[in-house]
Amino acid sequence: MKSASQKTTFLLLALLASLTSTVSISAVAGGKDDPLLAMVLVDEFEIRDADDQPLVLDGQGWVGKDLQKLWLKTEFERVDGNTEEAELQALYSRSVARYWDFQLGLRKDFKPTPDRSWAVIGWQGLAPYFFEIDTALFVGESGRTALRLAAEYELLFTQRLILTPDIEINFYGHNDEDLGVGSGLSDVQAGLRLRYEIRREFAPYIGVNWSRKYGNTADFARSDGEDIDDTQLVIGIRAWF
Amino acid sequence: MKDTRSLMARLNNASLSRRHFVTGVAAGGALAGLGVFPGRSYGSTATNNGPQTLRGKQYDLSIGYQPVNFTGRERTATAVNGSVPAPVLRWREGERVTLRVTNNLAHDSSIHWHGIILPTEMDGVPGLSFDGIKPGETFEYQFDVNQSGTYWYHSHSGFQEQTGVYGAIVIDPKEPDPVSYDRDHVVLLSDWSDEAPEDIYAKLKKMSDYYNFRERTAGDLWRDIKQKGIAQTWNDRAMWNQMRMSDRDLSDVTGYTYTFLMNGVTPDDGWQGLFARGDRVRLRFINAAAMTIFDVRIPGLKMTVVASDGQNIEPVTVDEFRIGVAETYDVIVEPSDDSAYTIFAQSIDRTGYTRGTLTPDASVTAAVPAMDPAPLLGHRDMGMGMDHSMHGMGGMSDMQGMDHSNMSGMDHSQHGGNTKKMDKAGFGSSRPITHVKSEFGPQVDMRADNPQNGLSDPGIGLRDHQRLYGRRVLTYADICNLYPTIDPREPGREIELHLTGNMSRYMWSINGIKFAAAEPLQLAFGERVRITLINDTMMTHPIHLHGMWSELETGYPEYIPRKHVVIVQPGSKISYLVTADAIGRWAYHCHLLYHMPGMFREVRVS
Repeated sequence: MKSASQKTTFLLLALLASLTSTVSISAVAGGKDDPLLAMVLVDEFEIRDADDQPLVLDGQGWVGKDLQKLWLKTEFERVDGNTEEAELQALYSRSVARYWDFQLGLRKDFKPTPDRSWAVIGWQGLAPYFFEIDTALFVGESGRTALRLAAEYELLFTQRLILTPDIEINFYGHNDEDLGVGSGLSDVQAGLRLRYEIRREFAPYIGVNWSRKYGNTADFARSDGEDIDDTQLVIGIRAWF
Repeated sequence: MKDTRSLMARLNNASLSRRHFVTGVAAGGALAGLGVFPGRSYGSTATNNGPQTLRGKQYDLSIGYQPVNFTGRERTATAVNGSVPAPVLRWREGERVTLRVTNNLAHDSSIHWHGIILPTEMDGVPGLSFDGIKPGETFEYQFDVNQSGTYWYHSHSGFQEQTGVYGAIVIDPKEPDPVSYDRDHVVLLSDWSDEAPEDIYAKLKKMSDYYNFRERTAGDLWRDIKQKGIAQTWNDRAMWNQMRMSDRDLSDVTGYTYTFLMNGVTPDDGWQGLFARGDRVRLRFINAAAMTIFDVRIPGLKMTVVASDGQNIEPVTVDEFRIGVAETYDVIVEPSDDSAYTIFAQSIDRTGYTRGTLTPDASVTAAVPAMDPAPLLGHRDMGMGMDHSMHGMGGMSDMQGMDHSNMSGMDHSQHGGNTKKMDKAGFGSSRPITHVKSEFGPQVDMRADNPQNGLSDPGIGLRDHQRLYGRRVLTYADICNLYPTIDPREPGREIELHLTGNMSRYMWSINGIKFAAAEPLQLAFGERVRITLINDTMMTHPIHLHGMWSELETGYPEYIPRKHVVIVQPGSKISYLVTADAIGRWAYHCHLLYHMPGMFREVRVS
């Protein structure tokens, strides 16, 4: 396991180095055409209205150029001072069509324990009718597989007041009892967040988040005495730079 | 907005002392700033009369940092001789000018003499003409002035044009001027942002509609459904939804960040030009903006356009004209009374304007008109012709699949297209267009399959002005050179170039290939060629060829107008002739500053 994460680190460093060292024939006759840029997007940073008031972070970031980027994605959940969920993906992202990027890399679930590592093949972009799509196939140790489909839409009430419905669906190839994950359709999360962009880069929001477990995952949850569905009010901020 | 404007007009009429408030779409909020900001710390731009004029054969120009305040916040501009805009240079045709340009910036700099025909090493384009001017160094430009008219100069390094390195050039003719006038004023339009240009560019790369606060909302959708029903609304929106594009995408950078200037004066302060009753006043309009195309009019006065891009044309009288970035137009106005008149220049997307006053009395100003409604892009701006019914829901979404690249035998740009009969000089190209293989990929989001005539079209937002307001708008088809065509030869070949881009990735290119990856365009010395530009984007691109004239084919072969910048309308096609009479390496590019890095070619004449 250790060697795998070392490999990951090495691969990422090598990727970053190759990105930054790409020698561009500089267009000296004007501004730099394709500068190395970095972006951090905290898509959701919110407190959910439940007994234990979980704090949730969902973010992405990239470093790179127009058509090639090192892309990071993270999901993080903290409850009562304990990190319950911590996931990080590091991907090489390459633009392959007008609105689509193909992504390849690694995912590490630090929490919950036992931790899991996955290879990632992803497809991210903008579908017709302006649906933002982020989907990935994960292949882990011991033949574990998972599929995640996520979509988001932005409805503008005004230029600054924006309603965002989103949905995420997770499937797994096998049961992973240690983590309470069952094969087949495992869980669905749907959200509706209304944000106000004080600036483009900074928007507080309120919303509602609904989630439900299905199939074996739901059975595992029931046997642990947990609820299989949950609806929570959320309050948070969206920010990028 | 209306209340704000009338208040502004009253304030202006009351002739209060300097006021400093932010201009742009949110003028209402800006009024709160009234009187809060004390004096400004301009260099020599501290008057409402614009920059100073320098005359003679020898010039010392110094590019350096200069504190300015156009918005209520102090910022550092890059200025020539401490002035934004740079001083007006007044040359005489037939003289040899020497310009010693010293770079006091921390970065390389340069000056390009825009529209001036000169030796390639004097053209001022780093990487092509010379190495640029290093910090602390002085470069001496020297060349013969063999033309007359209105031109301008600007930095060709980095994004220094955005931060102030631009100024007017006026060249008085050797022979008596065919245009008679009693006085003339330079009217130089530009756009100022408090943001650093590199930040603007980075924001556009991260979120290409960052500056667009006119996007479609749920309210628009509801209104459409009420008016047209669900089915019709769905069909009308289908193309945009499938192409994932916005019909409100007129400018990449808008009045949200820009303050539009006239001779370096904000619209709140208002530049002033004086006249005496009965004067024939020559106004020399120059669009020195980084990213803003302006629509210009002077309510109450007809404008007789006498020159385009410095070249005398057959006078044509209009009420309004569009001036692309880097174009120049000279107009004659004849105010016959003692009233003041507003020179009104609104941005193409109607997110802001600049204005000045022509007045017989410095204490009198005129009312400022309302901006026209913001236009929406339509099918013709996508190069889809007028026939909406042909393009159902499936039509455009498959553009990616409509691969014309297998027609490699028709690749005009590579082979000169000698296989086809050449259209007569002056009449443009009628041959079918081809999208070459390099236009297909993630760097290109649209291809115009049926590009429209870009010549007689007043352009997006101006098309109905005659009908709605009775304003005659200048089109390229109205422009006819005053003097006979110098090179009457038929073009020996045609070069077809497609202006391409991916708006959401904010990438710009020609034929899908950006400058950094492109081979130079080779012209043989002395040849006469036709360049046909097809705009495969929804943006209006002003295309500038250095070193040689772009002779616009407007249908008058004996009197072909000579331009240095040609606007190519969205989804349109336009042709011009070029005589390759200037040996060397020349820049050829879109003059929108943030398109230029990619939408650029070297033209090599050898």
